[in-house]
Amino acid sequence: MRYGMAIDTKKCVGCSDCVVACQTENNVPHGYSRDWIAETVEGTYPDLAMEIRSERCNHCDNTPCVRTCPTGASHVTEGGIVKVTHEECIGCGACIESCPYDARYFHPDGYVDKCTFCDHRVKNGQDPACVSVCPTHCMYFGDLDDPNSEVSKKVATRKTKVLAPEAGTKPQIFYLI
Amino acid sequence: MREELITSGRMNPLIDPYLNAWHWQIPLYLFLGGLAAGLLFFAGYFIITGKESKYQTTVKYGPIVALGAIIIGLGALLLDLKHPAYFWQLYTTIRFDSPMSWGAWVLLLTSVVSAVWIGSYLKEAFPKFGCKIGFMRKLLKIVIVEKDTNSWDWKFNWLQKFEKYAQDKRKAWAWVMVVLAVILGVYTGILLSAFNARPLWNSAILGPLFLTSGLSTGAALLMIMTKNHIEKLAYSRIDLLLIVIELFFITHMFMGFLASSEVKVEAAQHFLGGDYTVTFWLNVIILGLIIPGILEALELLKFKIPVIVPGILILWGGMMFRFIMVDAGQVIRYLY
Repeated sequence: MRYGMAIDTKKCVGCSDCVVACQTENNVPHGYSRDWIAETVEGTYPDLAMEIRSERCNHCDNTPCVRTCPTGASHVTEGGIVKVTHEECIGCGACIESCPYDARYFHPDGYVDKCTFCDHRVKNGQDPACVSVCPTHCMYFGDLDDPNSEVSKKVATRKTKVLAPEAGTKPQIFYLI
Repeated sequence: MREELITSGRMNPLIDPYLNAWHWQIPLYLFLGGLAAGLLFFAGYFIITGKESKYQTTVKYGPIVALGAIIIGLGALLLDLKHPAYFWQLYTTIRFDSPMSWGAWVLLLTSVVSAVWIGSYLKEAFPKFGCKIGFMRKLLKIVIVEKDTNSWDWKFNWLQKFEKYAQDKRKAWAWVMVVLAVILGVYTGILLSAFNARPLWNSAILGPLFLTSGLSTGAALLMIMTKNHIEKLAYSRIDLLLIVIELFFITHMFMGFLASSEVKVEAAQHFLGGDYTVTFWLNVIILGLIIPGILEALELLKFKIPVIVPGILILWGGMMFRFIMVDAGQVIRYLY
């Protein structure tokens, strides 16, 4: 079992519905976000290429955030989901400093918070909130270890990239390009 | 020229537009930790080499300042935590992968060992019970009895026994202290270098560099503290040597960055023409290393130099070095 995501950059329109769905589903405090939209424009006018991505924690295979946590609050749960136990977090910020994607933030209640792949929904067989609301169906969530899952098929048949592979974190969110 | 423009909708406080999760507390703590490591290293070192009679200030008073620095540093660390009431969770686990976990334990051990050290020298350092402040007097009287106006003793028998034990085994304590001081000094650098997400910090040389800088600030403070001319001169020589080593390490740090991947080349550019150039070269290199180095070299050539000048400059350079590294390290990031 290895949860992961495939996100189709050709289908994403950057509507931010995933961001709002996440904030509502997970009671993310006002002014914060666990996922976000990044737009890149590359090239020189008039030869411009645009890419729109929905980004979040990459639930990496090699997790610097878990490694640097001094209390063990940051941990990897079943299926490779990276989570923070709020009661064990002292808010030292080591995991925030160690994340090349800056995917974590200090919750105003004094602990570090991040994307959980909506594991409370996944447990019940549902997709994460961001995936379930996407109006263009550009996100696929599932088990990367299962070759028959939709996400595995997308990763196998399409050209993919991960973010900052040079950071050596082995991200498990694949962008279809 | 191909250019890439990235816009992100994320605006998390303390994370965007650039990371500033760590503020003044961490660099202050790194400075005080390094200073304490330096002070304790020299205290232990001169006991091991049997030169304590020449280095009275180092051995007797240095560790007192070191413990004070550790306590203030720990206070700063506590202020940095977003949930300070949970700090004790650091001590419910040992995580070998996490430099911060190492640091928490090393700081605890160092505080205990330096407290024992101070206790074993307390009678020599303060032969008279001259405390005038009322509540301090009462506090000290819990463990201390005043024998007459010129001497005092521990109130409890076991404290007297422990003092004797600590005094008899001084060399063993010194070894423990030197090892702990080196770990503490290296750790202040490793804390930063363990984050591969921050290209500026992710350099293995930061450990030895921070240790050298810590030893140098420790030597500078001892040079200011001591009234003994021989001790002063010795530290001015030690500091000169450490300054040269530090310059060597800093050169190597930048050489390493420039010969590395794109993000690290960019990290180095911030200091070689970029926005941190003036702050870094003026405060750390010129004021903190080169000028005190020249002053100390002049002193060796028998010029009269008031030690307070190079001493303060070295301390200033050491502190600015940590503030700049922590600040710049957070600004410089991976772009994808």
